[in-house]
Amino acid sequence: MSRPRRRVHLAAHFPGVNNTTVWSDPRSGSQIDFSSFTHLAATAERGLFDFFFLAEGLRLRELKGRIHDLDVVGRPESLTVLSALAAATSRLGLAATVNTTFNEPYELARRLATLDHLSEGRAGWNVVTTSDAFTGENFRRGGYLDHADRYARAAEFVRLARALWDSWQPDAFVADRESGRFVRPGGIGTVIHRGEHFDVAGRFTLPRSPQGHPVIIQAGDSEQGREFAAATADVIFSRHGTLDDGKAFYADVKGRLARHGRAPHELKIMPAATYALGDTEEDAAENAAVIRSRQVGPQTAIAFLEQVWGRDMSAYDPDGPLPDVEPDLTGEVAQGRVRLADRAAVAAKWRALAQEKGLTIRELVIEVTGRQTFVGTPASVARQIDEHVQAGAADGFILVPHLTPGGLDDFVDRVVPLLQERGVFRTEYTGATLREHLELS
Amino acid sequence: MTLHLAVALDGAGWHPAAWREPTARPETIFSARYWAAQVAEAERGLLDFVTIEDSLGLQSLLADGDDDETGQVRGRFDAVLLAARIAPLTRWIGLVPTATTTHTEPFHVATGIATLDHVSGGRAGWQARISARGSDARHFGRRAFPPLDGLDADSPHVRDLFAEAADAVEVARRLWDSWEDDAEIRDVPTGRFVDRDKLHHIDFTGRFFTVKGPSITPRPPQGQPVVTALAHARLPYEFAARAADVVYVTPRSTEQARDVVREIRGLSGEVKVFADLLVFVGDDAAARKARLDELAGAELTSDAAIFTGTAGELADLLLDWRRAGIEGFRLRPAVVPDDLKQITRRLTAELRARGAFRSGYEAGTLRGLLGLARPASRYAEAS
Repeated sequence: MSRPRRRVHLAAHFPGVNNTTVWSDPRSGSQIDFSSFTHLAATAERGLFDFFFLAEGLRLRELKGRIHDLDVVGRPESLTVLSALAAATSRLGLAATVNTTFNEPYELARRLATLDHLSEGRAGWNVVTTSDAFTGENFRRGGYLDHADRYARAAEFVRLARALWDSWQPDAFVADRESGRFVRPGGIGTVIHRGEHFDVAGRFTLPRSPQGHPVIIQAGDSEQGREFAAATADVIFSRHGTLDDGKAFYADVKGRLARHGRAPHELKIMPAATYALGDTEEDAAENAAVIRSRQVGPQTAIAFLEQVWGRDMSAYDPDGPLPDVEPDLTGEVAQGRVRLADRAAVAAKWRALAQEKGLTIRELVIEVTGRQTFVGTPASVARQIDEHVQAGAADGFILVPHLTPGGLDDFVDRVVPLLQERGVFRTEYTGATLREHLELS
Repeated sequence: MTLHLAVALDGAGWHPAAWREPTARPETIFSARYWAAQVAEAERGLLDFVTIEDSLGLQSLLADGDDDETGQVRGRFDAVLLAARIAPLTRWIGLVPTATTTHTEPFHVATGIATLDHVSGGRAGWQARISARGSDARHFGRRAFPPLDGLDADSPHVRDLFAEAADAVEVARRLWDSWEDDAEIRDVPTGRFVDRDKLHHIDFTGRFFTVKGPSITPRPPQGQPVVTALAHARLPYEFAARAADVVYVTPRSTEQARDVVREIRGLSGEVKVFADLLVFVGDDAAARKARLDELAGAELTSDAAIFTGTAGELADLLLDWRRAGIEGFRLRPAVVPDDLKQITRRLTAELRARGAFRSGYEAGTLRGLLGLARPASRYAEAS
């Protein structure tokens, strides 16, 4: 007896400001022109994706005290560009990563509700926290929150945002010319919130938005992050893209839902995924290797090494062997990116790997910075994606292309039709809102 | 020489009963198409720009605190997002949303306006506004404001808010300059995407905040989007003269127009002086105003002069004030769409007949329409 096949959900990640976005390719377009955003969003909408996704960065990365210059850099303010994209699309969900550390609930809830109204119910919010005093130097709040406080603040932030979104009763806005009532008396509620992180009182400036609450996405992977997601989120943007890893994460997080009174389908798990296609498996593997060598150019290889070794390595040949010098564990070289927990251990591991496989610096960095999630012919990639979803390793994927803005064209043209043939992907949008695309209540 | 003409969009127009007119569409006020139609109408009339009102709390008849009024428009979108939503639907007209300087992060406001400039191809502006209300402050819970009894422009509280606003604009301008125009180089041989010598920390330190920079957003097409401010008194005049490219003032006569221009020129030779007017336009203007006043149960009052008359009479008034030194006008239509259409169709025709208004858009950026030069980055010489 077979159970119905699970549906695959797909989202499009605008290429990020790190080395995975290849700018040296002649097809690489602008990272900031609005036409790049409309191109990728139109492709995602043509491919019937659930949503378009923007990451966040509030300070340019620095290396050795200077602005990192090797990677694509520069991005728009996320909610502003998504609001413009609402005019250029009609069904595609529009999701932004916006952190709770450097924003205030009343203002951000209002901006998200605005986007939900202006897109007729397509807004999503990836809730992140930042502990970084380096980023804080761009903000009034500045400062540092320790890890526990970050999630406490985020949880309280979301609770307060939801109270504000709910504060106009559904029938508050009447605009009745005859009676002269624009709003129903008593229809606009007052929110009074006295919490550990926020002290807010007053009335909200917008009627309940089409989705009621914009879709909440969560990306943290720690124990606290998983609990927060199980309690609060509609979607998890995870890093667990391989089959076994994905299954373990999926089972863990879905298993937490019952404790929060939620059913498994109420939280969708969508790992980030990269891919490389080819007409044959060999072509695809070669294409994957070409992409990865472009992602890790000679200077980028040295920069990766410097982050682990904590010292200037610019004198070393990227196409030569790993140097014998020991890491300097006192200095922190990189600012504005995820810190490496144990640099000594990472260095030892890299050295062993380079020795074992006879790798140059650049080959080593290519090796350790991860291969594409899916490599193969369109048929094979469609099969792999389907397998992940049917096996309970994911509800779908957030695809991260390596090229702006055409990086999803081949996927939409060649893989989506095969997912449709397999009967696991929509052939037209059946809903209007992002919640409906995601089959959330 | 063409006279500069803008309209201020808010609710269903600037009369509190405007939303009850048969032509109004108040049931669609919380939709994109409602606002897009108004901006399209303004663009059809070849206006320089539209402004979009906003605040960090509900509209209120009280100086401080929410009222319980249910017979007037209540509720607003975030104006920067609304302007961005309309940008792809228009081609020429400037888009000038209001963003508050008081409780917001200067970094977010600056990158939001820069993004509006990118998505509109160089048509962004910003109406910078303080929020003195204690009720707005309670939406943030981080600062205790004294109760506000009218806007006492000389209170230390209000002085601080304007000083903070000037700092916020300064930070925005520095952030907009923090990427030089040619910072992106894509130099394959050296592996460099940007020339880091053309990206600059702004290192702003003031009484209210510090901002390190550089911006996350590359330099906007206009270099610096157009900063505007409404001002009724000495303190905001000083703010506008120091911080803004365009100031909206509210004289009630030609004589007052002359005086305010003289006062502002004493502070700045550069800021463009626009006058605000709340207008009922058409043969039936006075009758419509009387009917709406009756519906509202009170005679209309405004911080700006209220005009009722025909498009020809309004054209005469604008040209008279222009001779007094006013360089442009921001008209607040009493009723949308009625008075908006009178402005875009009749008034522009009257002005054009007098050789005082454009017959086609002559520039693709807001700075271009206003005759403002594109500024070089302040950091360009240093590098």
